[in-house]
Amino acid sequence: MDFILRAPKRLLFHFGRYLLLMRNAFNRPEKWSMYWKEILRQMDDIGIGSIVIVVLISVFMGAVAAIQFIYQLDGQLIPKYYIGYIVRDLAIIESAPTITCLVLAGKVGSNMAAEIGGMRQKEHIDAMEIMGVNTAGYLIMPKVVAALVVIPMLVVFSAFVAILGGYIASVGSGELTGGEYLRGTRSFFLPNNVNMMFVKSLVFAFLLTTVSCYKGYFVKGGSVELGEASTQAVVYSNILILLADYIIAVILTG
Amino acid sequence: MIRAENVYKSFDENEVLKDISITFEAGKTNLIIGRSGAGKTVFLKLLVGLMQPTKGKIWYSDVDFTSLGKKEVRQIRMDVGMLFQGSALFDSLTTEENIRFPLDMFTNMTSKEKRQQVDKVLERVNLEGSNDKYPSEISGGMQKRVGIARSIVLNPKYLFCDEPNSGLDPKTALLIDELIKDITYENNITTVINTHDMNSVMGIGDNIALLYMGQLVWTGNKSEVMGSDNELLQSFIFASPFLQRLRDAALNKG
Ligand SMILES: Nc1ncnc2c1ncn2[C@@H]1O[C@H](COP(=O)(O)OP(=O)(O)OP(=O)(O)O)[C@@H](O)[C@H]1O
Ligand SMILES: [Mg+2]
Repeated sequence: MDFILRAPKRLLFHFGRYLLLMRNAFNRPEKWSMYWKEILRQMDDIGIGSIVIVVLISVFMGAVAAIQFIYQLDGQLIPKYYIGYIVRDLAIIESAPTITCLVLAGKVGSNMAAEIGGMRQKEHIDAMEIMGVNTAGYLIMPKVVAALVVIPMLVVFSAFVAILGGYIASVGSGELTGGEYLRGTRSFFLPNNVNMMFVKSLVFAFLLTTVSCYKGYFVKGGSVELGEASTQAVVYSNILILLADYIIAVILTG
Repeated sequence: MIRAENVYKSFDENEVLKDISITFEAGKTNLIIGRSGAGKTVFLKLLVGLMQPTKGKIWYSDVDFTSLGKKEVRQIRMDVGMLFQGSALFDSLTTEENIRFPLDMFTNMTSKEKRQQVDKVLERVNLEGSNDKYPSEISGGMQKRVGIARSIVLNPKYLFCDEPNSGLDPKTALLIDELIKDITYENNITTVINTHDMNSVMGIGDNIALLYMGQLVWTGNKSEVMGSDNELLQSFIFASPFLQRLRDAALNKG
């Protein structure tokens, strides 16, 4: 009986501790200028540091989607230019926000967990606490704010690059002309899908930073535990992102 | 003045501190001595609130520290400086940035004033001109001194030092002891020092408390150490065969 209750108990424990940490993280800063400096540093880290990987992934996402649909629609009575339309909506609704954030959880999230976890283990967090710093605030809030600003930008960027990737692949395949593809990308446009993209990227950005910071902040032990925390940060962020993706899809398309 | 009142601390089954009651006076160097694992670091962390006692109270002057909320604790910590056993310098910041951190976070000084204050404390710990070095670029003893500089930069009323001179050569250790003593006297600070260095005990022990397996077994000052017939104290002080021989020789003569 005991062991059946253990998992939900642990889940509740983590959830409660996470909420408390977030409450402390979003307190009034001791000094806005220090937080501001940290936000800028994080924006640079998250944004500039992730552009290359976002470009790479997005190009291929768009290209693969285009090739895939050209193959699936082959011989059917659907106009060729639909490829552009499909790639665009796929990018905007799903692949740009979700896949970008899954990848960023692996890159940015693990990095945050390791950075904060290392500071915990080397007693840097204790040292700041002794000075009177609200460490949850100073170490977490700037990261979350920076992510909420930068990640949606990366997602928009990713969507454009994916559409470009689709263009390259379509035209390269010789199945349709650039003009047809572009006509597709301008057809049946629903602004609401863009809203959904922004909602998703904000929610995912919040999840992946806060979960990763949480994992790092409460790390114990040594380098093995630090590695575990960093891995778990990615795994839990990814699970939560996919779960949230589903929930948002249900709510916003219903 | 700081007072611990019937303080207990356990980790799960392991009772690390048992019923400790002691008063640390202002303007005095208060030493906590004891063998490795006696519970010195844990006790220091209880005193500054990095850990919570299982039972008992800790008083800062007439304020019950253990009953305070987060905000009030932070208020008291404005007056607290702490040197960690491993220095806990922020390793991505230079010496100057480390020392300036509390100033940046909590004061509205101009950069010039900060610079002057940093130079003042750096001079105080004999590290003029090391402003731009990173912690990894200076020796362990220098790191300790930077740690001390950082902990006194906001002119604390309470100073905690966890083994300030472990791992240092005798001469540097002596310098650091003298430094802590001078700062304590000059600014009437309540200083608590963990150590197992006999030179510190005999050199700067205004008040000395011996912890043995989590219990307070002896208190006194440096002039009472030699005359005491407390067996635990004697076996702690004369742990080295060299000192035992010296003592026996002295006794035989006398
Ligand atoms: N976070 C912790 N969790 C569980 N046990 C702990 C923890 N911190 C310390 N202990 C235990 O408390 C005891 C006292 O440790 P402490 O670090 O206070 O010793 P110390 O007197 O500072 O020793 P040293 O001189 O080597 O620094 C040890 O037995 C240690 O195993
Ligand atoms: Mg210790």
